[in-house]
Amino acid sequence: MSAVLMDEVPHEEHPTGIKRWIFTTNHKDIGTLYLLFALMMFFVGGVMALIIRAELFQPGLQFVEPQFFNSMTTLHALVMIFGVVMPAFTGLANWMIPMMVGAPDMALPRMNNWSFWILPFAFTMLLSTLFMPGGGPAGGWTLYPPLVLQTGDAFPFVIFAIHMMGISSIMGAINVIATILNMRAPGMTMMKMPLFVWTWLITAYLLIATMPVLAGAVTMLLTDKFFGTSFFNAAGGGDPVMFQHIFWFFGHPEVYILILPAFGVVSSIIPTFARKPLFGYSSMVYATASIAFLSFIVWAHHMFTVGMPLAGEMFFMLTTMLIAVPTGVKVFNWVATMWRGSLTFETPMLFAIGFVVLFTIGGFSGLMLAMTPIDFQYHDTYFVVAHFHYVLVPGAVFSIIAAVYYWLPKWTGHMYNETVGKWHFWLSAIFVNVTFFPMHFLGLAGMPRRIPDYALQFTDFNMLATIGAFGFGFSQLLFVYVVWQCARSGKKASDQVWEGAHGLEWTLPSPPPYHSFTTAPEVK
Amino acid sequence: MRITRLGLLICAGFASVSALASERSSINMAPGVTEISHTVYNLHMLILGICTLIGIGVFGTMFYSILRHRKSAGHEAAQFHESTTVEIIWTLIPLLILIGMAIPATKTLIAMEDTGNSDMTIKITGYQWKWEYEYIDEGIHFFSNLATPRSEIENQQAKNEHYLLEVDHPIVVPIKKKIRFLLTANDVIHSWWMPALAIKKDAIPGFINEMWTVIDKPGTYRGQCTELCGKDHGFMPIVLVALEEKDYLNWVEEQKAAADSEKNLSSKTFTLAELNNRGEDVYNRNCAACHQANGEGLPGVFPSIKGSPVATGDISEHLKVVMNGRQGTAMQSFAGQLSDVDIASVITYQRNAWGNDMGDSLQPAQVAAQR
Repeated sequence: MSAVLMDEVPHEEHPTGIKRWIFTTNHKDIGTLYLLFALMMFFVGGVMALIIRAELFQPGLQFVEPQFFNSMTTLHALVMIFGVVMPAFTGLANWMIPMMVGAPDMALPRMNNWSFWILPFAFTMLLSTLFMPGGGPAGGWTLYPPLVLQTGDAFPFVIFAIHMMGISSIMGAINVIATILNMRAPGMTMMKMPLFVWTWLITAYLLIATMPVLAGAVTMLLTDKFFGTSFFNAAGGGDPVMFQHIFWFFGHPEVYILILPAFGVVSSIIPTFARKPLFGYSSMVYATASIAFLSFIVWAHHMFTVGMPLAGEMFFMLTTMLIAVPTGVKVFNWVATMWRGSLTFETPMLFAIGFVVLFTIGGFSGLMLAMTPIDFQYHDTYFVVAHFHYVLVPGAVFSIIAAVYYWLPKWTGHMYNETVGKWHFWLSAIFVNVTFFPMHFLGLAGMPRRIPDYALQFTDFNMLATIGAFGFGFSQLLFVYVVWQCARSGKKASDQVWEGAHGLEWTLPSPPPYHSFTTAPEVK
Repeated sequence: MRITRLGLLICAGFASVSALASERSSINMAPGVTEISHTVYNLHMLILGICTLIGIGVFGTMFYSILRHRKSAGHEAAQFHESTTVEIIWTLIPLLILIGMAIPATKTLIAMEDTGNSDMTIKITGYQWKWEYEYIDEGIHFFSNLATPRSEIENQQAKNEHYLLEVDHPIVVPIKKKIRFLLTANDVIHSWWMPALAIKKDAIPGFINEMWTVIDKPGTYRGQCTELCGKDHGFMPIVLVALEEKDYLNWVEEQKAAADSEKNLSSKTFTLAELNNRGEDVYNRNCAACHQANGEGLPGVFPSIKGSPVATGDISEHLKVVMNGRQGTAMQSFAGQLSDVDIASVITYQRNAWGNDMGDSLQPAQVAAQR
């Protein structure tokens, strides 16, 4: 529990130039690196989505070969999950956790640097597979064998890239836990921590528990392909379905890793703009912990059609349905926070409210998917695509955008352009629904997933979805503009920035000093 | 003012979406043609209804708050921030609703997993990229390939009504009989889905899955593969024709007769022209997916047959590759998939097309000798 005071460690006060960014151990710099990396990858993954949607605009094959289409769907998901959402939340964690708990930096600053810098190398390697003989991975981000073992030269590079991303996440998680448990300012008990800190603490435990499982699963794929093992090959005594069990044992907690920090962000923003404390703080903590615990015992709901025994199907149906309870509790608590507050609707609040409504819609389709006998009709159709895009795009991504708008004035010292921010919100909110709502209909009408061409009755909604996708994609350029402009100029931001903001981070100047809380603040 | 304009925009949006839901674009699951499919449809509507009601409640409360509790309307913030009673209520009520949903869902699931006491069994095998149907009790066996012409897919010809949902040889079954399906795969995981019957299960290589159905109404029903299985995952549809029992029995007899006459062809001799003609048709249906209609394949992925050492080399080696496939690649063994006549024809065609001009050929008897 001995915090090393930063003035005692000899190093450059405030380094500059490219060496600053390569060698930095400063949580603010590393947070910025993660966020800028995520923003770049957002457009890379976004272009892949637009290639997919362009091909799906009309029936027939117009632009790409089916094999390349499959590699687009595979890489779009890998990039968005591992290159956008996870690094963005890690960037927010790096920037905000030390300031929220009154710590001078993260617990392990040099490991922090490495956690970030692994990522550009991992993604360069992953994306380079598009240029290798046989093309990029095209078996889906879920990498099911035996299909994934038909990948060409790209295969070992994909596995290696995933290992690197996993190591980055695990190291980041270790840092988060060590910081939160050991470096809180005196007086900040666990139950006084902001909810964003709680959600990241729990997310970090999920990461440490599950990333090694993914590493194991992909290593088994590697040995099956190159070293004569038969983990997933029936002829050798193995079972392709075992991969699915191992993968989804990682995969389900992974989607909660993608959303818990979002819950933390929204729990920070709504009280500020309602000018009212978060309703039910302890319930929110317990609900988050329950969701995390339950996330370990629902994985096979991704596998209802593999031919599981009835008892298995029943167990996973019931546990999956159960997750709706703590999730509902959280939604009700957010609404209760708004209720009888004094509400204003600046851009962060717009995105946060959009999150609550649209994530809840994603939650409803999730509940429908949980019901096994009906899931047989939904599984591997566009109904599933609609569900997870609702929880991930107007869910996770909106919360990241909300967080950036919320904390940008603190980070840069300037207010961002509120008018452009509002335009960004409304265009995003409208286009995200135009893109993904019709996908519910497509799935119910019978359109499978992961197909580059479709029967004629699916044309209209596919056209609509494509128009929405392009609209949504181009609207994100407004966000880049806002961030760029705010970093460079804008009205001076006060310390507190927002009238209803409370927390240690709002006691610091905007922008905060390079090294903040070098002496621990007092928390009452 | 801004709220009303937004409201109008949203209404216009929904109106245009419902206008798009013509008979060509349906927006909901179909009730289907079996007792199970009707039960599943009703369950789906029940859950959808409950979710809609909860949504109206939650979003209604939020929007009321947005309207009435705004600072610009002069509302002052209250400071309450917890209530154990309320937390308990909104934990228990959802739990009770979930229990209410779980009970009918459980009953339906138990019924769906009961494959006992069937009247007939059909074994379905998924291949990259076609389905194989084997009527265990009747000794009928055939493959079912996508029948949509390549020219429609490549936008050179107008797309027909059943674009991508038509096959050369549909699976045919009787109505009102309990049919048990045994499902497996030859290469990678596929999945067999028939929405009208509300059955879907994965086809896993090396394992056998089971599902069952009893169809109430005769008709033609269409489904697709629903597990990513490679480049032509979207091009291996399922067409199921349900017939009255006597029509079904006629069909069975026809199939058996066709199989016999195909077997007799094995001992006939064919001219080069006959072999080339039939071979081109076999090639386009079975080989062109990877090796392309022009025989040039996909560099780095699927080898070219035009000018290839195999097609211009020893004919018995060429035969071995087609019969046995190539280990560790996507080249399957076609011995079980194609008849003697078909293999003889397609090899003859490959050796003579695209300038290969070998002038040689195979007779079905030579293929039979290799088995």
